[in-house]
Amino acid sequence: MVFKIARKHLCIPYVLFLLLFVIAPVIVILYYAFTNGEGQFTVANFLGFFTSGNTVGTLLYSLFIALIVTCVCVLLAYPVAYILSKMMGRKRSTLLLLFIIPMWINFTLRLTALKEVLSVIEGNLAYHPFLNTVIGQTYDFLPFMILPIYTTLCKIDKSYVEAASDLGASPAEVFFKVTLPLSMPGIISGIMMVFLPAMTNYVILDMMYNSTYIMGSLIGGYFSAYNWNQGSMISIVLLAIICVATLFTNKFTDGEEAADRGAVL
Amino acid sequence: MKKFMSAFCLGILLLFIYLPIMLLAVYSFTTSPQLGSIREFSLQNYVTLFTTADLRNMIIGTFALALGSALIATILGTLGAIGAFYSGKLSKRVINAMNQIPVVNADVVTGFSICIFLIVVLNIGKETYIPLVAGHVVLSAPFVFLSVVPKLKQMDGSIYEAALDMGATPLTALVKVVIPQIFSGIMSGFMMAVTISLDDYFVATYTKPATFDTISTYVVNATKGAQTDIKTALWALSTVIFVVVVLAVLSMNMAGRKGKTDEKMD
Repeated sequence: MVFKIARKHLCIPYVLFLLLFVIAPVIVILYYAFTNGEGQFTVANFLGFFTSGNTVGTLLYSLFIALIVTCVCVLLAYPVAYILSKMMGRKRSTLLLLFIIPMWINFTLRLTALKEVLSVIEGNLAYHPFLNTVIGQTYDFLPFMILPIYTTLCKIDKSYVEAASDLGASPAEVFFKVTLPLSMPGIISGIMMVFLPAMTNYVILDMMYNSTYIMGSLIGGYFSAYNWNQGSMISIVLLAIICVATLFTNKFTDGEEAADRGAVL
Repeated sequence: MKKFMSAFCLGILLLFIYLPIMLLAVYSFTTSPQLGSIREFSLQNYVTLFTTADLRNMIIGTFALALGSALIATILGTLGAIGAFYSGKLSKRVINAMNQIPVVNADVVTGFSICIFLIVVLNIGKETYIPLVAGHVVLSAPFVFLSVVPKLKQMDGSIYEAALDMGATPLTALVKVVIPQIFSGIMSGFMMAVTISLDDYFVATYTKPATFDTISTYVVNATKGAQTDIKTALWALSTVIFVVVVLAVLSMNMAGRKGKTDEKMD
């Protein structure tokens, strides 16, 4: 009998690749997170994370920064996406491009530019580390919030809006009772694209002279100190947060928005 | 009034986005070491950018890494998407779930876990570039997969069957019938893979050889140092990349528009 190669077998290389470079590393950090330097099983790393004031403080600080940045991004991105979705034709596509071109420029270079401007305005960046972090992260992440909200707003069937106003709803009522709820999937996938990077992208804090640690800086710190076990523990905590968030948001989106980043190309 | 408010709102944000890049572009053509004090016109930054060996190697290395890893990611992701599309429900769900992990995961965690597994556990040296390339493929291949899947769903499956009925081998039918129909998805996946690799800092910093730098790792190190000529040469780099990106986006947009009108005329 000859083994016949069917089309479905084409995915074998990719599956092997994912198993080797995605699944195996996750298993390895799970192992490291629950063992000590001698390889013995322990929950000390785990308990240590949640009983140390330092690490819990870092977790709370990360959540706080991510919350602020995400809110700022939604508040800035929604009006832009809304106005763009109401436009027509060429003007709309050109303006959309203008808002998402930054996605294709290396973020460290863009932050260098922002930093130079902020130091002219503020004199010394070190005076406002928190404010600069929020500005820097917003500058970096804003396009990733605009794009999914815009895509969802464009998909909304206009007849819902027309029906609501025909039935006597005021423009404000139409927005809050029809448009906003229907655009929730876009907002949520935008939040998914912004919240986690805001908790972990410590390069932005470094560049803005913010010496307070966030979750990402903890991993970086343990990595430099060759402390794989503690570093893995932090990674596992982050993975757990991601899992909870994904399970929660799967109710709203079908994952297709993740491909939005390339939809404009 | 409403129109004015809209324009004002968009204008302020565009100013926020572009003012820093534009100012840096203007100052990159001067001898000034910081914004605010215009001195004389000079191309010195551009000369430094293209003649300093360090900077040149870093730029070439970044683009070689981006194109190489994007090529691997495109092949793996496309094959994966085609295979998964024709697989049973269960395996499709498993592949989709695995594919989703690097998409939702934090880059720091992806980089750290790959580093621990490949370098600490398997003892593969960073100098082999294997961890770095593997890391970048992990970041970008899932996006290729995600951009090919919708094209497969839109594809007319009966053409493939027709090709087989007329005597084409499955391989010929795949290359000549399926690939052309999903080609736009493959191309946008490839472009995404390139930009993801170019934008990455975290995976590179955990997996790169000590002597190799990408633009991101180089810029982050340079901002910690005090070398003014390197700092201002990076302004020139930022300007060059900005111009290239704008030109690329414009030409792609034109090509896309032309393609659309061509389709209409058919």
